[in-house]
Amino acid sequence: MAEVVYADASRVYPGAHAVRAVDRLDLTVSDGEFLVLVGPSGSGKSTALRMCAGLEDVDEGAIRIGEREVTDLPPKDRDIAMVFQSYALYPHMTVADNMAFALRLRKMSKEDVSTRVKEAAAMLDLTKYLDRKPKALSGGQRQRVAMGRAIVREPSVFLMDEPLSNLDAKLRVETRANIAELQQRLGTTTIYVTHDQVEAMTMGDRVAVLKDGVLQQCASPRELYDRPANVFVAGFIGSPAMNLGNHRLTDEGVTLGGLAVPLARSALDAADGLSEITFGVRPEALDLVSDGGFTLSVRLVEELGADAYVHGELESGEKMVVRVDGRTPPRLGDRVRVGLRDTSEVHLFHPETGLRIP
Amino acid sequence: MTTVDTRPPPVTRKRKRRIGSISLSALTWVIAILFVFPLIWMVLTSFKQEADAYTDPPKLVFGPTLDQFAGVIDRGFLPYLANSAGVTAMVTLIVLIFAIPAAYALSIAPVKGTTNALGFFLSTKMLPVVAAIIPLYVISQNMKLLDNVWALVILYTSMNLPLAIWMMRSFFLEVPTEMMEAARVDGANLPTLLYKIILPVVAPGIAATALICVIFSWTEFFYAVNLTAARAGTVPVFLVGFITSEGLYWAQLSAAALLASLPVMIVGWIAQNHLVRGLSMGAVK
Repeated sequence: MAEVVYADASRVYPGAHAVRAVDRLDLTVSDGEFLVLVGPSGSGKSTALRMCAGLEDVDEGAIRIGEREVTDLPPKDRDIAMVFQSYALYPHMTVADNMAFALRLRKMSKEDVSTRVKEAAAMLDLTKYLDRKPKALSGGQRQRVAMGRAIVREPSVFLMDEPLSNLDAKLRVETRANIAELQQRLGTTTIYVTHDQVEAMTMGDRVAVLKDGVLQQCASPRELYDRPANVFVAGFIGSPAMNLGNHRLTDEGVTLGGLAVPLARSALDAADGLSEITFGVRPEALDLVSDGGFTLSVRLVEELGADAYVHGELESGEKMVVRVDGRTPPRLGDRVRVGLRDTSEVHLFHPETGLRIP
Repeated sequence: MTTVDTRPPPVTRKRKRRIGSISLSALTWVIAILFVFPLIWMVLTSFKQEADAYTDPPKLVFGPTLDQFAGVIDRGFLPYLANSAGVTAMVTLIVLIFAIPAAYALSIAPVKGTTNALGFFLSTKMLPVVAAIIPLYVISQNMKLLDNVWALVILYTSMNLPLAIWMMRSFFLEVPTEMMEAARVDGANLPTLLYKIILPVVAPGIAATALICVIFSWTEFFYAVNLTAARAGTVPVFLVGFITSEGLYWAQLSAAALLASLPVMIVGWIAQNHLVRGLSMGAVK
């Protein structure tokens, strides 16, 4: 058990155009916390994880695990265990040997190794497969062996690099719940990398959003969803994405396709001096109305059963998605009127810096 | 509207497919037998008396005899066999000892100039062997290595090494990076990583490389015949001894050829058991 601290840690790939894959990451993962690193491809989330594992150099700053500074320690001295995207099992060893490998290298006694492996196997429902080689296992079982290999070590930190991305959808949902439950039971500090925001939102105590190597926001899933710190986080978290667009700012608020949306005094004060503002509203904060609102031409309707997502265009050409009741969705080509459910559910961002207002 | 099903009924299609697969296997058998025929012929002839070997049409029923094998051994086959075995074993061993670390360095831990090094290794194979024979002969003479097995060991090693490095490199490139990283996180240092993880995973590749090396060293003829004589001659050199001005002894030649090919076939069969497809099957995904 330990906390993990990234103290302005950077990874810079040298070259004519040096790439800052991770740029001054300042992040503390508390003891026992489940932290999810999320971001699009190339955001540096995997690099950040591998820096903690010791598989990538830390070019600037430092990384601490517990009381120890580990910045320059090799992976084996960091007391971490890692689960890889490809599982990275040893193909020539049985499941039991795969799990025992690290313990044997630590010169642990045979009985202790055997006890720990059996415990972990029981926990992961792998007891039947202990004598099998990885190639005789299904994808889900291999994934569990990879988990088992990490668990038997009883490390201070688990590092997981998209461990579910090779599973099919159904198994992924199941395993997602299992991992979250297991982590709670073991109480081991965990850093989990994913590009799947459902995983991020459902598993993490906190979620750190990265873009181009820079930390955008680190907060609880709820906070991230309700108060995104900038335009990027607003657009990245939530599916379908938040409707975002630049609109003219008046004394009262903004005008959206002919609909005047009044803004809170505090927001207007914060936006003082701006003539334009980035205005964001989530699809579920909009609804069809019988009168008032603005007009939307329906271009696509996605029916999901309980809900339906209506993709349409404003008269200005701006695209917008609205969540409506699944039983009575409008039809393609319809012109519908859309209004805000609640004017407090709007998000405002600075049009240039992209930062949240207020 | 009625639709007319113009497809043939499923039974016919199935039968067509069956006929197709039968004729394909028949063709495969014919080709296979064509390839194996010289070998079968050699085996049959080696058990015949010299007189039976010449009949036309050839005799398929005959009293088998081991006389020819005894004759081959009487003509001094064993020292040649010993030379071949010694050279082959030494060469294969040395080649593996050098090729494995070299290939590891050129694939898993490459540095600047790796591609140049690889190109250089390959370029050493570009010179036709004949072109080098005169300097090699002179060098061997000066080093007192004529008719000496060590000359062959040195030559075969240097000829096999580039190929072995290239082969082993491609096997090392197949080793999943994440698996090696997993081993490092698990606490393995470089020797442990090499012996416990990487080498077992590339074992089929080592078997394949060793087999290629054995076959080459066992069958190499040009240098052997030019640089060796009675003392250090190898099996191919011995076989040539049967082509004499007095004529060919078909039965005895067949017996000698069979004895010469048996060791390679045995090694090949052993190696085949290690040549499992998919080196890192089950490691990733």
